[in-house]
Amino acid sequence: MPRGNQKEYSVQQMITEKRLKKKNHFNFEKLIPGLLLLTAVLSVLTTIGIVFTLIFETFIFFDRVSIIEFFTNKKWYPFSATDASFGIMPLVVGTLKVTGIAAVVAVPIGLATAIYLSEYASEKARRIIKPILEVLAGIPTIVYGFFALTFVTPILKQLIPSLETFNALSPGIVVGIMITPMVASLSEDAMSSVPRSIREGAFALGATKLETTIKVILPAAVSGITASVVLALSRAIGETMIVSVAGGSTPNASFDVTSSIQTMTAYIVQVSTGDAGYQTTIYYSIYAVGMTLFLFTLFMNLFAQFITRKFKEEY
Amino acid sequence: MQKLVDKEIIAKQMSSRIIRNQMFKGLFFLSTLFGLLVLGVLFYRIITQGIGYIDLDFFQNFASRRPENAGIKAAFIGTIWLMVVVAPVSLILGVGTAIYLEEYAKKNKFTSFIKLNISNLAGVPSIVFGLLGLTIFVRALALERSVLAAGLTMSLLVLPVIIVASQEAIRSVPKELREASFAMGATKWQTVLKVVLPAAIPGILTGGILALSRAIGETAPLIVIGIPMFVAFLPKTIMDTFTVLPMQIYNWTSRPQTEFQDVAAAGILVMLVLLILMNSIAVFIRNHFQKRY
Amino acid sequence: MNVTLLRSQSEQDEKTQMTHMEKEFVYKTTDLNLWYGSTHALKNVNLDLYENEVTAIIGPSGCGKSTYIKTLNRMIEMVPGVKTSGEIQYRGRNILDKSYGVEDLRTQVGMVFQKPNPFPKSIYENIAYGPKIHGIKNKKVLDEIVEKSLRGAAIWDEVKDRLKENAYGLSGGQQQRLCIARCLAIEPDVILMDEPTSALDPISTLKVEELIQELKKDFSIIIVTHNMQQAARISDRTAFFLSGEVVEYRDTTTIFSNPTDKRTEDYISGRFG
Repeated sequence: MPRGNQKEYSVQQMITEKRLKKKNHFNFEKLIPGLLLLTAVLSVLTTIGIVFTLIFETFIFFDRVSIIEFFTNKKWYPFSATDASFGIMPLVVGTLKVTGIAAVVAVPIGLATAIYLSEYASEKARRIIKPILEVLAGIPTIVYGFFALTFVTPILKQLIPSLETFNALSPGIVVGIMITPMVASLSEDAMSSVPRSIREGAFALGATKLETTIKVILPAAVSGITASVVLALSRAIGETMIVSVAGGSTPNASFDVTSSIQTMTAYIVQVSTGDAGYQTTIYYSIYAVGMTLFLFTLFMNLFAQFITRKFKEEY
Repeated sequence: MQKLVDKEIIAKQMSSRIIRNQMFKGLFFLSTLFGLLVLGVLFYRIITQGIGYIDLDFFQNFASRRPENAGIKAAFIGTIWLMVVVAPVSLILGVGTAIYLEEYAKKNKFTSFIKLNISNLAGVPSIVFGLLGLTIFVRALALERSVLAAGLTMSLLVLPVIIVASQEAIRSVPKELREASFAMGATKWQTVLKVVLPAAIPGILTGGILALSRAIGETAPLIVIGIPMFVAFLPKTIMDTFTVLPMQIYNWTSRPQTEFQDVAAAGILVMLVLLILMNSIAVFIRNHFQKRY
Repeated sequence: MNVTLLRSQSEQDEKTQMTHMEKEFVYKTTDLNLWYGSTHALKNVNLDLYENEVTAIIGPSGCGKSTYIKTLNRMIEMVPGVKTSGEIQYRGRNILDKSYGVEDLRTQVGMVFQKPNPFPKSIYENIAYGPKIHGIKNKKVLDEIVEKSLRGAAIWDEVKDRLKENAYGLSGGQQQRLCIARCLAIEPDVILMDEPTSALDPISTLKVEELIQELKKDFSIIIVTHNMQQAARISDRTAFFLSGEVVEYRDTTTIFSNPTDKRTEDYISGRFG
């Protein structure tokens, strides 16, 4: 029963009144999608910023050093006062040497780990091993660099007496260790997404686990596995600290892995920590090197995306 | 019926096939152990090398030319300063982008371009972000080698990590919850703010912490923007210059004296403990607050 | 009068006994028990399965019929935490004995699954997979095996012109017959079929059923089905499972026309399940 002097409010009335009051105020909500779009566009701006920065400064560099010299000269001696030469080749070779060694380490070990986790390991083993691999993947690269210089290099020196203190082998191996968890976990994802029924089909024919894995699971997951390897190698190409600490600063285009090298990333670090003045040719050279590095990794990433999309497995 | 399959031959080969399977199983297992072994050796080396230098002085001293006096005060505090910039900037931008992409964006070419762009950004080497920071923040915006310039550079670097983690967290909030909110007449933003985000917060936080720990360990972009490695003072504002743990470690590692390598190990130890702590918090949040719908 | 009647009865018994005696057992199951963790899924199963017959296993969902057929080629081991006791003799050897290699067993005993599960490979490679892993490398022999198996599974005419195409381009019914062909390629002794038509449309189902009738001449077939009409149409003998136990096991005509157990009668007449 409503009481005499008390005004009656229903919930609906209250809502209507609130609504009316709101209408008079400036409607903040209409701005929200625009503000959120702005944050999203910022990531696009970042890419544009990277591309334009690199292109702009690289053009200034090519104003001073001919693009033909950059690609054809086989020497990289930027610091020579009288006879500076800027041929990117030695830096690219240094980078590829490290990446190649990393691939030799990471592809077999990463794939074997993925196979073990996806096909052989018990649920319990998986629960223990996977977080440990995550830790391995989360270790800062400077720590790996320290590990390469103070642990791996001395061990390798005992095996190969002619090994220099700075070389391609030690950072190559350690970069390989660094990207192994990436190969393992992405490949494992690809293999685990092959449905169980397909495995059962193979087992029911009397196939062993190995035969099922090699002949059925790996071919079925091949696009995912390829993508994981390409992504991991792209990471290896852009890796900086390990090669700066343990690789040295001697650009050379030979394929010897025991001598000191310089990678593209290590060169950028060398210039950044040195005292090359602003707007000198050396200053602009790091953008040209950065551009080369960026294009390498961009094409690899696009390639990885292309194979995942193009060969998306349908089971 | 004519037989094409000789069962006797198959039976004869069977044992060697089974042995091969067992051998490879062993091989796969050993490969898996390799990663764990490396991790073990790495931790063992760093602990035995570095533990001797860790005491109260190590945290209270600035960098020094003499190993026994060297400390990580400037680097440790500097890392915290860096986080003060990176955490809010990257979280706001990252979560905002994720909300836009998951809740507001229409399915069109522009949206898929943004998505493609984010996944490509995640694959850009960190040193290239350094070049971006050097040109835009340090030079063009004249922020110099400040905490702010470094923080903004680092924020852009970890942005893709936060976006992807937040997108996943938002996507895992069931449609039914949104529908329930809309059915009561709530607006889109009310629904996002009061229903979707609270449900997605554990996932977002987990991703955020992992992104921050990535930022703590990154060295290359800071080297490029010119953050100094030898600093004997603390920043007072975000416009001051500073140094961080990995820079300090890099500096010690590249010195020829072996004593400094032990100091570097001590610095690494501090950084790893910090990272493990943060990761444990992330795992804790993931396991205890993640609702299962 | 009485005596003659009795005699003729026993004579008839002897006669049925005789037909049983002529046919050999492929499987002899003795006191089989199976647990999933603490769930007792099969209870004292005793079942003898005959050569060159189609044996149907029927029963409501969760009665253990799928579990039983998967025990016959030990696919059940893929489920974590499974324990068994008792004995299953296949051709006189206990397959539950650890020394019996599963790969050996499965080379003799093929299986067709509920849902078609071709490998993501070409039609040809799907069939050749089994012979290849078992060491048959000769291209000519493989070609022959592929053709023979596809003919055996009554799908040759539909696919002979596109053997190199991916198996996923086939329809569901074709995929299932391809899986049967894959199973035939290693010339098994027994074929286990776990509800092979449950994912198929009626026309594809009919084709598979006709195929089973054809295959019976060369193989012993054990089929799990939830479709009683199917069991009645295609099988020679039927076992009725309920809550992990074998309630009744007889020749199909008898079990459907004159079931002994009340529970069988209830199930067959559609009172539960």
